Amino acid sequence: MGGWFGSRLSRRSLVSGSILAGGTALVGSAARHAAQGQTVPHPTAHDGGHDAGDHSTHGNMITVGDVDLARNGFDPSKLLSDWDTGAVSTLPDGRTLRSFEITAEDKAIEVAPGVSFPAWTFNGRVPGPTLRATEGDRLRIVFRNYGSHPHTMHFHGIHSARMDGVPGQGQAMPGEEFIYEFDALPFGCHLYHCHAQPLKRHIHKGMYGAFIVDPDPSRHPEQEPVARSRLLGSAENRRWQEFVMVMNGFDTNFDSENEVYAVNTVPHHFMRHPISIERGRPVRIYLVNVLEFDLINSFHLHANFFDYFDHGTTLAPTLRTVDTIMQCQGQRGIIEFSYGEHELGQYMFHAHQSEFAELGWMGMFDVVEAVS
Amino acid sequence: MGLGLAIAWLVIADPLSPFNNGAPPIENLTVERTVLDSDGIHLKIRAGGSEPVVIAQVQVDDAYWRFVQNPPGPLPRLAAAWLDIPYPWVHGETHVVKAVTSTGAAFTFEIPVAVASPPGGLRPMLAQVPLGAFVGIVPVVIGLAFYPLIRGTGRRGMDFVLAMTIGLLGFLLVDTLAEAFETGGRSAPAFQGTAMVVLVAALSFLVLFAIGRRGGAPTGLVLATYIALGIGLHNLGEGMAIGAAFTAGAAGLGTFLVLGFALHNVTEGIGIAAPLAERRPSLIVFAGLALLAGAPAVFGLWLGSLAYGLQWTALAFAVGAGAILQVIVEVGTYLATRHEGGGAVWLSSPAIGGFAAGLAIMYVTAMLVKI
Repeated sequence: MGGWFGSRLSRRSLVSGSILAGGTALVGSAARHAAQGQTVPHPTAHDGGHDAGDHSTHGNMITVGDVDLARNGFDPSKLLSDWDTGAVSTLPDGRTLRSFEITAEDKAIEVAPGVSFPAWTFNGRVPGPTLRATEGDRLRIVFRNYGSHPHTMHFHGIHSARMDGVPGQGQAMPGEEFIYEFDALPFGCHLYHCHAQPLKRHIHKGMYGAFIVDPDPSRHPEQEPVARSRLLGSAENRRWQEFVMVMNGFDTNFDSENEVYAVNTVPHHFMRHPISIERGRPVRIYLVNVLEFDLINSFHLHANFFDYFDHGTTLAPTLRTVDTIMQCQGQRGIIEFSYGEHELGQYMFHAHQSEFAELGWMGMFDVVEAVS
Repeated sequence: MGLGLAIAWLVIADPLSPFNNGAPPIENLTVERTVLDSDGIHLKIRAGGSEPVVIAQVQVDDAYWRFVQNPPGPLPRLAAAWLDIPYPWVHGETHVVKAVTSTGAAFTFEIPVAVASPPGGLRPMLAQVPLGAFVGIVPVVIGLAFYPLIRGTGRRGMDFVLAMTIGLLGFLLVDTLAEAFETGGRSAPAFQGTAMVVLVAALSFLVLFAIGRRGGAPTGLVLATYIALGIGLHNLGEGMAIGAAFTAGAAGLGTFLVLGFALHNVTEGIGIAAPLAERRPSLIVFAGLALLAGAPAVFGLWLGSLAYGLQWTALAFAVGAGAILQVIVEVGTYLATRHEGGGAVWLSSPAIGGFAAGLAIMYVTAMLVKI
C-alpha cells in the first residue's frame, strides 16, 4: 500500500481519504457521488481551430503552438532534402574535389513551440548541413569556429589521425580555423559531430549533421543499377524520393534527460506538416541517430515494411522486410520502401519507444498521387 | 523621499548592469490546487521568479499535451493561472504533470493518486457538515462528557487533569507548527512560509494574550473559552488541509482512520472541561464550547475545498499555534495560582504525571492517523 502513495502522505491526506470512506458510511448518498470518481473521463478535443495543420490522429497529445521557423532560420521540412554538395572542382589527377565551408556558432533556437534552447550549431542550424559526396571524392572542409568554446568536426569515415577532429588533432579554438582533408570513404550513410570535450554536452547542444557518401557506380560493376540509384543527380536516382532524418533530442533544463524528441529538431513538426510522397515513386530515408542520454532510438513505419541498409555501406539490404529498426547513439542506416500498392492517405512514422513518440518524435507521410 | 531617490537612481543609472551576466532568469512555479474532472486535469499555478514566467508546453506522464492557460500570457511574480489539460487520467493511478517554460526549465507536479474532485456547490458542502462535525465536534462533546468525573476528583486529581491539558496542548502546538511549516514550505516562495508562520504565530499569541489578560489571568469559564478557541483554530487549519487533500483526491483508506482522528480529539474535550471543575456551567455553555472548538473543522473543510492557496492553510495553522501557546501559558498560570507555592506545583507528581500523560495520549492516538 505504501508504495501507492508518494512520500508525502500526512495525517491530512489520510484523513481526507478516510473521509471519503467514512463519509459514505456517515451520510450515505450525499457523499457517495463525491466518493465514486470511478468514471474515467475521455475529454473531448477542444481545438477551436488552434492549428490549421492539425490532424485528428494525435488528438490532444501534441505540443501547443508552432515554432517560428523564420526566426530559427531553418525549416525541418526543407532540411529533409537540403543536400550540401560543396563547391566542385577537378584536381590535377582528374579526381573531384568538393570544398565545404562550415562555421560553428552559438545560437538560441526554438526547439519546441515557445521553448528557447541555447544551442551550438554548424552553420546556424540543427542538425548541421547534410554534406553529400561521391565515393572517392577528395573532400576539403574549411571549419571556422565562431563559437564561445573549442569545437571540432569529427567525421565518421576513413581518414588520417591528423584529420580525426578530436582534442589535439583537428580542434579549432574560438576564432580559429581548421581545414579537414580526406577522401570520401566508404560509401554509406554517415554523420559528423563535434568531438570536443565534454563530448556529451557538445553533441546534445546541437553539433551534428549527416554525411552521405554515394556509391560510385563504376566501382561496383556487378551492382551498377543499385549504385546508380543511390548516386545523387543520376537519372535512376531521380525516381527516388530521398529524405535525410536526423533523430535528435534536447535536454532543455540540463538534467541529463531529454525534454524534446524529434527528427530534424522540431517535435511533432511532421505531424503538423506531413511529408508528401508520390505513391508511384520509391522512398529512401537516410536515418541518423544522434540522440544523447537515451541508449537507443528507433524508427517504425506504419502499414508497411522496408529494407534496411545498416550504415548504408552495402548495396544489398542488411535487413529485409522489417517495419521497425533500432539504432544506438551514432548508428545510422538507409531505409527503402514504397507505398506503391497502398491506398492514398496518411501513414505515421515514429520512434517505437512510446515515450520518445509522445514527446515529439512522430510524423506523417501523406501518400498522394502526385506532389504538386 | 530618500528611498524614492534611491529607486530613481537604480532605474536611471542602472548600476547593476555590470552584474548582468546574460544568465537566464530564475523561475519558479508552484501548484496550489489540483482538480480532476471529466474534462481532464486542472492545475492552479502560481509563478515566482526574477522575470515573468512563460509556460510554453505541458507534458503529462512524459507526453506533450494540449493545454489552455487561463488567463493566458506571461505570469508575473505572484500571478496565478489555471492550466486546463484535457488528459484522460486514470482513477487510482499516479500522474505527473511537467510544465516547460520558455527558457527550457521544467517544473514537475505529481498527482499521487488520481480521484475525481468533489464537485462544487451546496450539496457537497452540506455533505461535508457531518464529516466535519464527526472529526471536530463529536470528539469534543465526548471529552466534555468527562466533566462529572473531573468534578469528582480531589485537589491532586485536578492538578493531574490540568497538567494533562497542558501536555495535550503542548503536543498540539508542536503538531500545528509542524503542519504550518510544512504547508508554508510548499506555498510559493515569495510568501516566505517559515517567516510568515513564525511572525503570525507570535502575533496571534500576543494579541490573544493581551486581550485575555485585560481582566487579570483568566480562570474558569473564560479560560475554558480560550482553550476552546485555541483548539478551534487548530481544527480550522486541520479542516482546511483535509478539505484541500479531499479536493486533490487523496486515496481512501478506511473508516477506522476517521475514528482514530475522533479518538485523538476526545482528549481536547477533556482539556476544555478541566478549568470548569469548580463551577457549575449550564448545558448551553457546554454546547457553546463544543461548537467553538469543533465547528471550525467544518468551516475549514469548506475553505479547503474551495478556492484557496497553500499560504492560507499555513496562515490558519500559524494563528492556531499562537492561540495554543496562549492557552498553554494561561492554563499553566492557573495551575500555579491554585497553590501557595506557585510554580513549585510543577514538580509535584500529579503535575509531572499529568503532563506526561497528556503528551503520551496525544502521541499514541496520533499513531492511528499517521502513517
